[in-house]
This record gives sequence, structure tokens and C-alpha cells, in this order.
Amino acid sequence: MNWLAIGAIYRFEMSRFFRTVTQSIISPVLSTVLYFVVFGSAIGGRIESVEGVSYGAFIVPGLVMLTLLQQSISNASFGIYFPKFIGTIFELLSAPMSFIEIVIGYVGAAATKALFIAGIIMITASFFVELNILHPVWMLAFLVMTAVSFALLGFIIGIWAKNFEQLQLIPLLVVTPLVFLGGSFYSISMLPPAWATVSHFNPVLYLVSGFRWSFFGISDVPVGISLVAVAGFFVICLAAIYAIFRTGWRIKP
Amino acid sequence: MAPIISIKGLQKTYDSGHTALHGVDLDIEEGEILALLGPNGAGKTTTISAVCGLVTPTGGTVTVGGHDIATDYRAARSMIGLVPQEISIEPFEKVMNTVRFSRGLFGKKRDDAYLEKVLRSLSLWDKRDSRNNELSGGMKRRVLIAKALSHEPRVLFLDEPTAGVDVNLRKDMWQLVRELRADGVTIILTTHYIEEAEEMADRIGVIDKGRLLLVEEKDKLMKSLGRKQLVLELAKVPDAIPASLAGYELELEGNRLTYTFDTTAESTGVTRLMADLASAGLKFTDLSTRQSSLEDVFLSLVDEGQQKEAAQ
Repeated sequence: MNWLAIGAIYRFEMSRFFRTVTQSIISPVLSTVLYFVVFGSAIGGRIESVEGVSYGAFIVPGLVMLTLLQQSISNASFGIYFPKFIGTIFELLSAPMSFIEIVIGYVGAAATKALFIAGIIMITASFFVELNILHPVWMLAFLVMTAVSFALLGFIIGIWAKNFEQLQLIPLLVVTPLVFLGGSFYSISMLPPAWATVSHFNPVLYLVSGFRWSFFGISDVPVGISLVAVAGFFVICLAAIYAIFRTGWRIKP
Repeated sequence: MAPIISIKGLQKTYDSGHTALHGVDLDIEEGEILALLGPNGAGKTTTISAVCGLVTPTGGTVTVGGHDIATDYRAARSMIGLVPQEISIEPFEKVMNTVRFSRGLFGKKRDDAYLEKVLRSLSLWDKRDSRNNELSGGMKRRVLIAKALSHEPRVLFLDEPTAGVDVNLRKDMWQLVRELRADGVTIILTTHYIEEAEEMADRIGVIDKGRLLLVEEKDKLMKSLGRKQLVLELAKVPDAIPASLAGYELELEGNRLTYTFDTTAESTGVTRLMADLASAGLKFTDLSTRQSSLEDVFLSLVDEGQQKEAAQ
């Protein structure tokens, strides 16, 4: 393993993040505050508690997941797309690095940034609602696994994208709707049975559900299934990246 | 001594069906400066890209320092520094950080003293805290060179190092290349400026349409393919070249009589021509000789290649 090279990429990416750290933090914090004002206070006041949890607290895991997914994807996709765009990717390809090392560097940095912001969201949320975390270790495990898996997805998107529009396409068109429909702001038990069934095809449901379980001990799907789903997603992304580097798809003619 | 880079039957056909390299064989000796000369699209960059790992060859083998670039890519690549043709550097990063990053990518421990030496030799030390996008084009190119040198490579590839570079910087660049060679770095540069190859290279490879037409020591190449011309200014312009001189390769233009001869021929015929001129009654007021440049050599090679192709 070329750890020095992994470290170089990681540090380089993190320095990019800290160069614009205010921007990186302000927007997720602001949107979280808005969600709390709208859903937590304005609407939440009219909603009874969900399975014994106040609505304001109930949406926290969903909000954290929403930000975590967006951040992991956008950081990782931009991280690898930008060198492709400006041409500096030649250096990565000519360096004595294996693809695993390149991925660890970029995905590791992207996941770290996303986790950093997720932490800030939780701190922000704790100003609005009282958060008691039932299973902190599992909570952390879900956070890390999700951040890494979706950073992998972001990496794939970054390799696939041929322009900045495509870079935005998947997060906007696929991920955000899936998060909203994945029970971030409601329990799927509130839905009509048919829609509840449809929701089970949404992978994000398993993430949010498992994550919420680690907070409150309540979940839409059994936590074991959530774990399997996250692990499965991780493996699929990893396999896709392996195939990309083996064939040089969109990076190496 | 075994060559530091050995390229055997290197082929590249792109997915589009375009064949950029038709089996290139080339050995590069340690410590030499090799210039790859050829028109745009000849396959110079593809050759370099294949050696450096930017392009996957579709055939042939390449070893660097005895390490195969496919099976032992870590050892092979860590010996190589690459300065690409396009200026591609991280725009918002500071010069020093960019160079440190490159060193790290090649698995070398941080060594700011060495990097200082590199940046100073490229007159970049004062700019170490500037952002890359604040630099001029020439400075950016130097940053690229600094990045390539950051991990102390044994072999340096310079892909069109002086394309779009002003005269002063070009001279600096040549100086730098000479210094690097003095340090024992093997240098491969591509160019379509013939004067650059003529100025710098120990050996010259001519490449066109994905084929290496020839690799030869520069001096030998100039000599063996070099033709010389003897130009005589005649005192009186004759109506035509006298019949007694018909055996010579002569051209008459105004009062200028030009004799073209081969410097490597057993007899250049100059002495005999002089005698024959005198007996034909032609007097001349001045004479000069002209050596054909590498440019002529190159053009005639490419021409030959094209004729061969047309004949096939």
C-alpha cells in the first residue's frame, strides 16, 4: 500500500474543504434550521408524536441522513470530476498507485467531510430538540457506512459525468427524491398500505430506518435488514469501481 | 549497459478504431536526451502516455529500469516524471502545496529542502505561496516541471515543453534540461520545433503516422542525411549551363550557380567541378557552402515515408 500517496490525496482534498469551510458549513446548517422552523415548529406543532417520539426529534435522523447523502455524493463526485475536468488526473494515473489507493484517498476525504457536516447538523438540531441517542455505537456505525457507501457512489458519478450538469443530475433527480420518499419526515406506517409497500423498494428507507432505530429504538424495517441493505449497497459500489478501473472506463483510453 | 527504457512492438488502437501506434520499437539509454520529432498527430504523445500509464497499450511491452509497466507498474512509474503538453494544474492551490502533493502521490516522504532546491532552480521559489491561477503561462509550465521533478525521477518526459513559450523561457528550459542531464536524468522530449531537437538532443527519433521512421545520433543523422550546397556567384551570367558540366547536379538562378553534393560520398566532386568550371571559362566572384538543416532532413524523411506508403 502506498500510504503516503493516499495521505497526499486525503490531505489535498481536506485542504480544499477547509479553504471554503464557511461556505461548506453555512448552507447545510441554514437548511437544517429552515427544516426545523418549517417542519418542526410550524407543522410539527400540529402533529402528534410519532410512536412516542416528538415530531421535531423524529425528523432529526432523516435530516442528518439527507445531508449526509448529499454531502458524501457531492464531495466525492466533485473531488474526482474536477481533476478530470482540468486535466490534472494525468498525475493520478501516472503515479505508482493502485486504484484502491486512489479510491481510499478520495472517498475517505469525501466521507470525512460529510461526517463532519453531519456532526454539525446534529449539534444544530440539539438546539431545537432534545436528542437522546439510544445506541450511539450503532448510530456512528450507520453514519460511517452510509457516508462511505455514498461517497463511493459519488466517485462513480464523478467518473461517469462528462460535464457539470451531469454531476448534479443524479443527486437532484434520484437521491433527493429517494430521501424525501424514504421516510425521512414520516414513518411509512403513516402511508396507505400500497405506498408503504412501494417504499420498501427505496434503498434510502433502510438507511433512515436503521439510523432512526439507533436514536429512538423505533424503525420501519428490522434493523438487521437495514444493515444488510447498507452492506449490499457498499459492495455494489465497490464492484462498480473495480470494473471502472479495470477497464479504464472514461478515465484511461 | 541495459537501456533504461525499452519499448518493444508498442501498439495502440483507440476504441474509435484509430491506430495511433503501429508497433514502435525504441531503446532509450540512461543519461541521454532523446528528442521525438514528428508532426501533429504522429503518435509522440501516445507513445509517452503509454509509457507513463495514461493510455493502455493494445500491444507490445515497455520496461522502465527493467520493470514492466503493466506487471510492475509501481517500480516503473516511480522512476518517471511527466510534464504534459497541456497546462493542467490545480488552479486554487498554492505552488508549494501542489508540488508537495505530487511528491506524496509518488510515495515519497515530505522533503521541503529538496522541493526548495527544485523551485529555486525553476525561479519559482518566490512564488511558492502564490496560487497557481495567479501565475503567468510560462510560470505555470514551470510548476508542471517542478511537479514532475518533485519525486526525484530518473527519467523525465517533456511533452512539447516549449510549445507556446517565449524565446527567453525556451532558452531557460533548454538550460534546465542540460542541468538535469548533468545530474544523470534521462530526458525524452517531444517537439515539432526542429531547432529544439537540433539544439538539445543526443539522439533523434523521427515519428510519423504511428511509426518510428528512424532513431539516430543527432550528429550522425545530420551527417548521413546532410547534403551540402556550394553556391558560386558568377562574374558573368552564361546563357545556359555549359554542356561540359552536364554531369554535375547544378542549378543556375541568375548569377548563382548551385552545386548540391553529398558530404558522405567518397568523392564530393568539388575539386573536379572547380577545374571543369575553369576550363569552361566560367569565372566566379564569391563562393559559399550551406549545410542542410535538420528540418530538411526531417521533411525528406517524412516525405519518403509517405511515398513508401503510397507505393504500398
